[in-house]
Amino acid sequence: MLLAILIGFFAAFSQLLFGKFMKGKLSILLGFVPLALFIFFAQYIPVIAAGEIVTAKHSWVPSFGVDLDLKLDGLALLFSLMITGIGTLVFVYTSAYLRNHPMLDRFYGYLFIFMASMLGLVLSDNFLAMFIFWELTSISSFFLIGFNNTNPDSRKSALTALSITGIGGLLFLAGGLLLGEVTGTYQISQMLSQNELLINHSLYILIVALIFGAAFTKSAQFPFHFWLPGAMKAPTPVSTYLHSATMVKAGIYLLFRLSPVLGNSDFWNNTLLIVGGITMLYAAFHTLFRTDLKGILAYSTIAALGILTFLIGLGTKESFIAAAVFILVHALYKATLFLMTGAIDLYTGTRDVTKLSGLHKVMLPIAIAGGLAAISNAGIPPSVGFLGKDLIYESTLHFRHNAVLLTTLAILTNILIGYAGYVAGIKPFIGRTPTGLENVTFPHPAIWIPPIILGVLGFIFGLFPSLIEASLIKPIVSTTGVSTSDIHLKLWHGFNTVLGLSAITIFSGIALYFIWKPNSSKHYFIQRFDILSPKFIIETLSNWFQSFSDLWTRIFQNGYLRNYITVIVVFLISLVAFTLLNNTTYQIDYSSFSKLTIYEVVSLCIMILAIGFAVFTKSRLAAVAATGVMGYSICLFFVFYSAPDLAMTQFAIDTLTVILFVLVLYKLPRYLNLSDYKTRIKDGIIAIAFGGLISILALEVLAQPQNNEISAYYAENAYVLAHGKNVVNVILVDFRGIDTMVEISVLAIAAIGVFGLLKLRLKSEERKQQ
Amino acid sequence: MRTLILKTASDYLLPILLLFSIFILLRGHYLPGGGFVGGLMASIAFVLHAFANGLKDTKKLLKFHPGFLMPAGLLLSFLSGLLPVILQDAAFMTGLWLENPIPVIGSIGTALFFDVGVYIVVLGVTLTIIFTISESA
Repeated sequence: MLLAILIGFFAAFSQLLFGKFMKGKLSILLGFVPLALFIFFAQYIPVIAAGEIVTAKHSWVPSFGVDLDLKLDGLALLFSLMITGIGTLVFVYTSAYLRNHPMLDRFYGYLFIFMASMLGLVLSDNFLAMFIFWELTSISSFFLIGFNNTNPDSRKSALTALSITGIGGLLFLAGGLLLGEVTGTYQISQMLSQNELLINHSLYILIVALIFGAAFTKSAQFPFHFWLPGAMKAPTPVSTYLHSATMVKAGIYLLFRLSPVLGNSDFWNNTLLIVGGITMLYAAFHTLFRTDLKGILAYSTIAALGILTFLIGLGTKESFIAAAVFILVHALYKATLFLMTGAIDLYTGTRDVTKLSGLHKVMLPIAIAGGLAAISNAGIPPSVGFLGKDLIYESTLHFRHNAVLLTTLAILTNILIGYAGYVAGIKPFIGRTPTGLENVTFPHPAIWIPPIILGVLGFIFGLFPSLIEASLIKPIVSTTGVSTSDIHLKLWHGFNTVLGLSAITIFSGIALYFIWKPNSSKHYFIQRFDILSPKFIIETLSNWFQSFSDLWTRIFQNGYLRNYITVIVVFLISLVAFTLLNNTTYQIDYSSFSKLTIYEVVSLCIMILAIGFAVFTKSRLAAVAATGVMGYSICLFFVFYSAPDLAMTQFAIDTLTVILFVLVLYKLPRYLNLSDYKTRIKDGIIAIAFGGLISILALEVLAQPQNNEISAYYAENAYVLAHGKNVVNVILVDFRGIDTMVEISVLAIAAIGVFGLLKLRLKSEERKQQ
Repeated sequence: MRTLILKTASDYLLPILLLFSIFILLRGHYLPGGGFVGGLMASIAFVLHAFANGLKDTKKLLKFHPGFLMPAGLLLSFLSGLLPVILQDAAFMTGLWLENPIPVIGSIGTALFFDVGVYIVVLGVTLTIIFTISESA
């Protein structure tokens, strides 16, 4: 199963190597990768239907509890099948949709990464592994939204989507870590038994709030919904795949998955009900004012996600059944509608519903697909949409309290969603064909076959609900921990309240379609309220944040090296001085000091002279030379105290430092801008304080009882184990060899940095001169 | 800073200093010295040559950009650490030694190659930084 996830990453990587050969007509063959995965997952259907759960365990970072525990149960299976199945169609569709696009290989690479990470997300049983895949889906979504990277709007939308889902990702991590702390495991299947412990835990509210934050941002719930309409800047295959069928359902997946772990509390259920309810009504209402096909579909997707959140919030067995069915239903019809939109956009060059009509004459297969999807979307029998809608009404009608209110909300939303479906799926195809659109070329088979397949599937599942009942829906509902023996999906329930409500919904939707015509003035009307929208508020907040960080940067990162050093040193002084004053008793052992020798006195005098010279000289070069003298005197001390290795290195380093300084200073203008009297006194105080502090620290360290175990070990074993007599060198190249390895890598990086900074700047200056 | 004396002297000093730096590198395992100091000394040798003869001559002498020494040295160090993994399936950076010492150089082990790698990296880093700065300043 791990291989099934990794294949996507391998395929993405191979795009880097062989992408150039796959750009042309061959690109359709890439669809075989998701197809193979689809078949792979499909063969688990009978296993899962029999009530089994397939698991695979791979150790990753066991010390942190991060393991790739893969678990394929009903919920994971449904998502895996959607990801690979719709994925196959999208891959095929893309080969025609982006035919001859210069960056097609890159596009497929991103799609592969997305597919693999999404599979990883739904298959991981470990919270932290899931977090990594969760973030990967956000990142691949970012690249796909910004795929038309020459368009500033695209880039902005990509950034918005990434920031919103990225914040969600952080909340996910925080929530997951807390959950792990409380339950003692990161494995979701092991958390299932700890529902009561969690609900009564003091951190429960915080954990749930964090998880909600993650799920609501990912699944575009109010007030974080606005990134999704923006994400429609992506090429249509992306909107189909990521932003309607799979990725945006990751939040729903998370809520579904954690319902048995965190659910069964008022806080959990009521929040989901309220947020889901607001989202679905708000978004469904917005579809009335859109004229862009993708805009309409984006808002109706948000509304559908709202319904799913709402259903999970109900938390009853019926609502889980409804949610499970609706996830599938929505994926089928919404993907069809998006693919259809892409076809219209590709062949007519517009997505404006007010300009489109009568297209059935030129693109009949697309029209059929659109019609099928609109019917399923509106919940007209015998489509699977009818089934989904019935289940929703059943779960709201039988809810413990406020059944009437909840049902009314659901009906209102469904009427508006139905309206959106008619506008998107039927309106462009009926009526008179406007001039200019009569000679549209007939779509490529790879464009019209995928939506037809999805559209027809919606009807097959509707006519024969037993196809999905035992194989998918029952195992999914069983993941929430309720018994599934009495689930029977039926298209026809006889004449009852639910059927009546369905009829009301369908006919009101149709009536609305005839009364309310989308036009651009309505679009402008709603734009006037933008100032109140969450998008505007969050954008303003982020602008403030940016100005604040600008200000912060300008104060602390002002480019003056001396200020940086001052800040660092002053901070260090205050920190160390604070600890020293509070926690340390001074005990300096004067008896342990060795006696002063004449050499030491002499070199000390040299040092003091050099310092004085460096401070008071007016020549840069002399100051540098004086610091060199300082360095050499320190080397002498190393020699006195028998540290020849250190002394040698210090000598070489000091020589090179002086050479470097001279090289730089030699070219600087002669004029030396001396700092004024006050600054000098301030600098002097800081320097003396710092030096004094370090001296005290060193003396304190000496006074501490020493632990000689390590140095004794090194001294003893240097020759025995490492064949060396110079302990310092043996430590460097053998005992702590990896440290040295990293150090020389850092050195090399620093050199590359210097080279890059100076050389590249030089080159750009040279170019300017030319 | 071109004086005839320094220029003449540097022609002789360069090989001697380089030899000395290699000597320092090799004796490092028993006596003070090692790859790091050795590398610094070798770079000082080149810098001295550059002072006497000008940067261009030194670069000509080197034949390639000193920056290329960095990856070469890193690779050598890394491979010396990897060798025990490949040969004996031991942990990364386990010390391996030949049974019998070779005349002049002494006993040979992976640590020697590691130290040679350090020597080369340090030489490459120092020369890259100094050459770059002196060219652009």
